[in-house]
Amino acid sequence: MADNTLIIDDLHASVAGKPILKGVNLEIKQGEIHALLGPNGSGKSTLAYTIAGHPKYEVTQGRVMWQGENVLEMEPDERAKRGLFLAFQYPTAIPGVQMVNFLRLAVKNVIGTMPAVEFRRRVKSTMAELKMDDSFATRYLNEGFSGGEKKRAEILQLAMLKPKMAILDETDSGLDIDAIKIVSDGINRLKNPEMGILIVTHYNRFLNSIRPDRVHILVEGKVARSGGQELAEELDRVGYDTLLKGVPANGR
Amino acid sequence: MAVDALQINENYAQKYGFHDTAAYAAEAPRGLSPDIVRAISERKNEPAWMTEFRLQSLKYYYQRPMPSWGSDLSGIDFENIYYYLKPADKNARSWDDVPEEIKNTFERLGIPEAERKHLAGVSAQYESEVVYHSIRKDLEEKGVIFTDTDSALRDHPELFRKYWATVIPANDNKFAALNSAVWSGGSFIWVPPGVKVEIPLQAYFRINVENMGQFERTLIICEPGSYVHYVEGCTAPTYRSDSLHSAVVEIIVKEGARCRYTTIQNWSNNVYNLVTKRAQAFRDATMEWVDCNLGSKVTMKYPAIFLMEPGAKGETLSVAFAGPGQHQDAGAKMVHVAPNTSSQIISKSISKAGGRTSYRGYLQVYKNADNVSANVSCDALLIDDQSRSDTYPYMDIESEKVAISHEATVSKVGEEQLFYLQSRGLSAEEATTMIVNGFIEPIVKELPMEYAVEMNRLIALEMEGSVG
Repeated sequence: MADNTLIIDDLHASVAGKPILKGVNLEIKQGEIHALLGPNGSGKSTLAYTIAGHPKYEVTQGRVMWQGENVLEMEPDERAKRGLFLAFQYPTAIPGVQMVNFLRLAVKNVIGTMPAVEFRRRVKSTMAELKMDDSFATRYLNEGFSGGEKKRAEILQLAMLKPKMAILDETDSGLDIDAIKIVSDGINRLKNPEMGILIVTHYNRFLNSIRPDRVHILVEGKVARSGGQELAEELDRVGYDTLLKGVPANGR
Repeated sequence: MAVDALQINENYAQKYGFHDTAAYAAEAPRGLSPDIVRAISERKNEPAWMTEFRLQSLKYYYQRPMPSWGSDLSGIDFENIYYYLKPADKNARSWDDVPEEIKNTFERLGIPEAERKHLAGVSAQYESEVVYHSIRKDLEEKGVIFTDTDSALRDHPELFRKYWATVIPANDNKFAALNSAVWSGGSFIWVPPGVKVEIPLQAYFRINVENMGQFERTLIICEPGSYVHYVEGCTAPTYRSDSLHSAVVEIIVKEGARCRYTTIQNWSNNVYNLVTKRAQAFRDATMEWVDCNLGSKVTMKYPAIFLMEPGAKGETLSVAFAGPGQHQDAGAKMVHVAPNTSSQIISKSISKAGGRTSYRGYLQVYKNADNVSANVSCDALLIDDQSRSDTYPYMDIESEKVAISHEATVSKVGEEQLFYLQSRGLSAEEATTMIVNGFIEPIVKELPMEYAVEMNRLIALEMEGSVG
């Protein structure tokens, strides 16, 4: 029986020789929604990319256990096939590659062959839910997409690939209120007892529409505080400086 | 247009690299001499003027120096080449009449199937001669001529002689001269005024034997207001020593007519591919070259368009892919002879595992050719650090009222792009293939559907084993 709890165990990671993550510990159980907050430069995105396997991030210590294995030893595509998903803050454009052709291969690799009719139906209905025009399917992947379109395209991929653990890296950043609502409605529709979610965000406002079970605050590469939804609300009221006053960087 | 990279596990050797043991009806000994040229002409029962033309061309060939630029051609052993091999005694119009071994070859290559599905006419050339030829009846009834060039000389002597070697004279360059001396096979197309051939005509060129020289000669004449799309494909077995393919293609596009000429060149990596292609476009005519070069050891090919009269438009879309040991020296040539003419060149090249691509372009505007617009855009994609790409754009602009733009980029397959696709479950190889196919998509989408699929498949094949 696979254990769909993501365990981040004493994770240290560097970028270009500079240590960013300095011993992160987190545990996200199946079906739970966790939020990771933290000031700029605290290492939030580094954590997201390291779990997904970006080659720029060098792991110097620690493990990320998933289904009984250390995913840090796997290629990024292998991690995706095991049910991990990263929604990118800045999705890369792939010129000349139609969204639908990319999705078809991704779906085939991650969840297996899907009848063409069902594939098309699912793409179409998910796009409609995300208020994406039909023409999106044949547009080139992320090319010339506005900020909001890119984020919706990420949620479309999330919906199609049905991961068991989704990390959303600043999915709310750069969006106006309406776009945030579309995206958060999309996530709320997708959340289910089978899927864990880690929401990486700068601001609390995203969390008003997606209620997390647990909230963590990352400071200088370590989780400084953890709590429930009330921690996010407190942060909103008092700000990082006051909230973290007197808390040792690794205090929990 | 991406094709499932997962389903692709063939390689060139299996798919195209085989050869059969056909018996030849006639062959000239290796090497070249006036006697051999005379013998070829005699065997073909040609009129005296053609024999003369060939012998004169041979003189030009001897006189002309080898090109001192472009690719390294020192490896060609001209004395070791078969300049003429005739595989069958007659050119079949029914598939059943094609000799068994040759039929098997083309069946393995999928030619008869392609014809049934989506072609208006097919020509299949094996070594020096066209062995099979067909055209849809309705087109024949409209007066369209689509035949092999040898038959055209015999059956349409006046039409033939009127246009023959008018676009590319025999002494144009060393390899055009060689072709003019020993040419055999190729396609002859004449489209009557106003007739539009809506479905592509296709020719398939196959080299079977080692050290073969294939010198087909194609002549296309589009009468005013007509349209034709001609597609050619080429493959050869993989041998230890080299073969030579040196074609000449001449096209005349008259007033208001349009011609598109598409090539999917996938010779094996021991073929020197040295081809001269040139078109003349007259008033309000449109000429389009879609030139895809994946195979060969060396390709030197720069399809040219001479814009002869006002309103003429020229477009060249060029894709080159170079793998280990390959040099694709490809590009385009646009000559604005007349005012109010426009041209566009889009070139995309990919180099992998030490392969080398060069874009070589020539843009000329004559002195009184005002109101000319010309755009050149060439993009190179490097898969790794061992590969190479160069750009050689030449311009000779004598008119002052011109609008010319030139853009060139060189990029590497990006780490961010690879990671993004891998994080969606694509292997590094699938991701790279997808990025490469996306890179050439602006040109591939111009191909007929079946060829676009084939092109993506070939790219996937080339990308196999290129990562990790």
